[in-house]
This record gives sequence, structure tokens and C-alpha cells, in this order.
Amino acid sequence: MSETEYTGWGRALRAKGILTRPDTPSALKADAPATGNRRSYGDAPLNSGGTAMDMTRLDRIIAFDRETGVLTVEAGITLGELARLLAPQGWLPAVMPGTGFATVGGAIAMDVHGKNHHIAGSFCRHVTAITLIQDKPRKITPKSGALWKATCGGLGQTGIIAQATLQLTRARGDMMLVSERRATDWDHHIALLDASDAPYTVGWIDATATGDALGRGIVEEGETCRGLRPSARGTKKIPMDAPHWALSGPIVKAFNAAYYRRVPKSGRTVVRTIQDFFFPLDKIHDWNRLYGKRGFHQFQCVVPLDQSGALRDMMKMIARSGLASPLAVLKRMGEGREGYMSFPMEGYTLAVDFPNRPQARRLIAKLEAATVAAGGRLYLAKDALSSGDAIKAMYPDTPKWARTVAKADPDGHLQTDMTRRLDLRTI
Amino acid sequence: MNDTWIILGASSTIAKAFTRSVAETGAHVILAGRRMDDLDATAADASARGAAGATPVMFDARDPATFQQIVDTAVATGGTVSCAVFVGSMPAQDAIDADPSLIDGTITDSLTGPARFLQMLAPLMEAQGDGAIVGVGSVAGDRGRVGNYVYGAAKAGFATYLSGLRNALGRHGVHVLTVKPGPVDTAMTAGLGKQPFMTTADAVVADIHKALAKKRNVLYTKLIWWPVMTIIKLIPEPIFKKMSI
Repeated sequence: MSETEYTGWGRALRAKGILTRPDTPSALKADAPATGNRRSYGDAPLNSGGTAMDMTRLDRIIAFDRETGVLTVEAGITLGELARLLAPQGWLPAVMPGTGFATVGGAIAMDVHGKNHHIAGSFCRHVTAITLIQDKPRKITPKSGALWKATCGGLGQTGIIAQATLQLTRARGDMMLVSERRATDWDHHIALLDASDAPYTVGWIDATATGDALGRGIVEEGETCRGLRPSARGTKKIPMDAPHWALSGPIVKAFNAAYYRRVPKSGRTVVRTIQDFFFPLDKIHDWNRLYGKRGFHQFQCVVPLDQSGALRDMMKMIARSGLASPLAVLKRMGEGREGYMSFPMEGYTLAVDFPNRPQARRLIAKLEAATVAAGGRLYLAKDALSSGDAIKAMYPDTPKWARTVAKADPDGHLQTDMTRRLDLRTI
Repeated sequence: MNDTWIILGASSTIAKAFTRSVAETGAHVILAGRRMDDLDATAADASARGAAGATPVMFDARDPATFQQIVDTAVATGGTVSCAVFVGSMPAQDAIDADPSLIDGTITDSLTGPARFLQMLAPLMEAQGDGAIVGVGSVAGDRGRVGNYVYGAAKAGFATYLSGLRNALGRHGVHVLTVKPGPVDTAMTAGLGKQPFMTTADAVVADIHKALAKKRNVLYTKLIWWPVMTIIKLIPEPIFKKMSI
């Protein structure tokens, strides 16, 4: 097998190594870390100099009970595929992140969250069983104690996540009824998020707006509804790496202003497909190439509820820097999390993309420091730049996780570039 | 009338993609292959995607005793029977050089096994006067190349067999489609590194459905292989024998 160069979604960190892609479950061995569609931004799905197992060929539905919504799948199936197949039958994955290309295995390993986190909690709250391949296959459930908690959000370090059983949630149909309202500034934005009792709520934030407009954006609230099944529409592709000025300050500022004004002052209600609502960017394949060959970083933190002021100060730093891209999201999170290393905490989460440039890396370092000061934490699915000490301070259960992982993978076969960079597995 | 698809070699990557595509149209799928636990999982997947039924059944190209049960299972569904053949094996040419007895198995897997099965199925399809046969060969069958000419010979034989079967069944309303893929990103090609004009299983399946709808006889996928192989076939033997392509 020859070595290939591959990356996570951010393309800023690269790995050279062997990628295997097993076709049958019997080929699975816990001798190399598993990856899904590598939609984590940083180095969580990378194993430089070693082997990584691409799980996307193991993507079958093993059992589905239409009455109870209990679904067992192979871990390589994507959440977008599940939504496409199941919504017309009245069911949806209970939690869906911002891309439908995320696999079930990846969603477990990162304990991902979605626009309904304030109500539904994280992805693993709805997982009832996982088949882990260690030296032999082993089925674990929420009653499995430390091993369960180290697997949910555990970066795939306890074994190869081969299968999972999910409790789906009822969907009224395969369309979404979406209300969109302008949030005129930071305080208004936070107030709208606080007051929302919709099943799905998210704020798009104009990360270039300064002064009185700081923190302005659009708050989207959605619920599933019945509608005509839309005909399949083609996707677009980014055919090549964009030049570095494609997402430069003035262009982003102009785009954001137009995007903000797209929603009338009085707000509006629209009907969208499930795909458009949950996975708006998936229509443009390989959109990460817009950032050029140097790639990009996404900064995502969460801070406790009483620290929204600190988050506002971070937003101010971002807006003043003029480095942000149009992709910026503000959301109120609930408490729901399942594992030792799960990201969510009750509070506000902010996610902003930056092109991979020295100024942006310096800004991200400042934002990290502010996150620590606010008692918040960074999302490992996004991180590419932090240090082990900072992460361990944000995740106080790291030692418990590391002890469980040491037992589950004693020879360290499942280590990744991320676990090495952050020195997470040292006890 | 419901469709029933017999899928020979149902554990292959292209077969899995094809199974999904017909399952989502509500067809009944008969999944024939050797790895029964893997077929069970594929059957569950097909059912969840909307197949009217999904039945795993043992098929070994080297054991004709397994054939009749597949035909019987398909007939029992009561639907219009069609068959897609995805079997074949490709040992490395140097392995064959070291052990010429591997030729027997290669020819059986890619030619005589599936041909014998289709020959058993032919009277039934002729009687129903409907349905389709999709036979997956390879561009490797178009000319014997130094790198894999035993595999190529088996696929060439299969293509010629399908041509004759088309001639025999076409007049009875049964359509026979010969598919000649170039390199496809599957387990078979996983260790070979980057290949020219590589395509994916899903793209091959989309091409197969387009070709079936238009009643094409021979499908090259990707399409670029049609002009490429046309030129390669035209190279005179005295020149070709000195080339290694």
C-alpha cells in the first residue's frame, strides 16, 4: 500500500500515511485509528507515518424498527444519508451537526451537537449501544460506565466504532418550517436565542460588523413539517483552490451585509428542505477549497451562560481583526453531554472560520486565552492549534478518560496526530 | 408488476451500490454470494431502503450445485426476474505465473460460472419475455495485455458469451447489457495505487441505469474508455506486442 497525503476539513494540517478502506466488517482490526469522512477540521482524523482506516465503505443499515425508531447501522453511514432515507418515513437522527457528510462513527467520537442542543443534548445522548472492535468485538451501552463515557466524544481511542444503535426522533415530514429574524446587535441576538423555544434554533452572526452593529445577525428557528418531496437537485462543486483574496476583508464584509439584508426587517417564514436547513453548505461540494491551498481554521468555543459578556469581547476582537469569513455561528447550548471529553456545556457557543494566516493564528491564540479565562472550552472537532495544557485545563475529566483509554488500547495503536499533539493519552 | 433482481456476487462494491439503487425503487433483491453474514447485513440495508424483499442466498461460481436454489428463490417472488452479474476474480499476473493452476479458478469465476448460471436462467427469462441481464465485464477483455491477460481472457470470453446471449434473448424481449468498466475505486483496485480514468461504484451504477433505460447493448464506463479501447484495439499486433500498456 502506498502512502497518500490527506487532511481534515480545514486542510491546514496535513498527514502522510497509509489509508485503508475495509469493505467487510470482518476486515476490521483495532490496529489503526478509524476515520469517517474526515469532517473534523484539525488533526483528529490524521495519523502521520502510520495507517488510518477509512470506514465509509461500511455504511449499511443493519436493523430498523419503523414503529419505535430504533436503528442499528454500520458506523460509516452518513447522517445526511440517514436523513434522506428516514425523513420520508417519519424519522430523523435525533441530533444532526452542520454537515450531512459526518458519519455516525465520527458523530459518536466527537459527541457532536446540532441546532437542537438546547433541547435534545448531544448526539451520544441518543445512542443506546455501540459495537467496539478491541482485540475482539464488544458491545457497550450507557450502563458500561467508564468505557461508555470514554467512547462518547472520546476521539475513537477506545476501539474501532463499528456499529451503533440510535434512538431516532419523530419527524412530521421531510420539510422544515423556518422563521428568520434579524438580530440587530449582540444583546438583541443573545435575547432572541434565550427566548427561543423552537425545536431547532441557531444564529448566523456577521463577524465583520463593528460598533453598534456588533453581533448582528439572523436567528433561525425551525421545526419539521409535511410537504411535497422536493425533486433531487444537483450539487455544485468548487473545481479548484481559490486564490487567497477570494475571502478577503472587503468581499466578506459586502457579502455579509447583503446576507443580513436578505431577511426583511419584519422577519419572514419560509419552507426549506431538511437538507437545506441542516446542511446548508453541503450543496457546494469541497467548499473548503474556497480558502485556497493554505487551508483554514475554525475557532469554536463554548462559555458558561453568565459569561456572555466575555464572548461579546471576543466577538469584538474578531470583528476588529477583519479576518473572519462569512461562516460564523452563535448558539445557546443546553447541558446535554455524554462523555468525559464531550464539548457541550450550558452556555453560548461561537464558531468562526479564519483563513490559515499568521494574523489569524495569533488571533485564535488570544481567543483561546479568553475562553480559558471565561471558564469555557474549545471543540476538539475543530481544534488544530491549541496546546495540551490548555485543553486539559478545559476538560477536567481528561485523566479519567486517559486511564480508561489506556486499558482499552494498551499499545496505543489508535493514537492520532491530535492525541499526540495535545499529549492527551499520557496518564 | 414488481421487479425482482438477482444480484450475483452481491458482496462486491459495485454490486452493493447497484443493490441500493434497485432497493430504493422497491424491487425485490436476491443477494447471491459466498459471505452469508455480509449478505445478511446487505439484505437488512436493502429492506430499510425500501426493497419489497431482500433474500440472501448462497452462490459460489465454482459450485454449480448452488445455482438452482437462486433461480427458485427468484421465481418464488412472483416478480419479473432480472439478473445482474458482478462476479469475477483477478489474481495478480505474477501469482498466475508462479501457479498456472490459478487460471482455472479465474476462468470459472469470471466466465464459465456466471455463463452456466445465465444459461439456466435463460429459458425462464425467454418465457417471461421481459426483464434485463446486466453482465459486468471489463475493458481488460478488449485486448490481452502483459499485466493481466488471464483475467482479460476470461472477461473477453464473458463479453462474447453475452453478445451471443443478447442475440438469443433479444428477440424474446429480454435486454442484455454488457458493462465494461475501466478501473473502479473498489477493494479489487485498492492496492494498485492511482489508476487512469478511475471512477466510483456509484457512478458506474448511475451509468448502468441510464444504459438500461436507453437499451444500450455495450456500456463503457467511464465513457472515455470507448475511444481509448477503440484505438487500443486498432493497434496492429506487431506493434502491440512490443508495448506495455
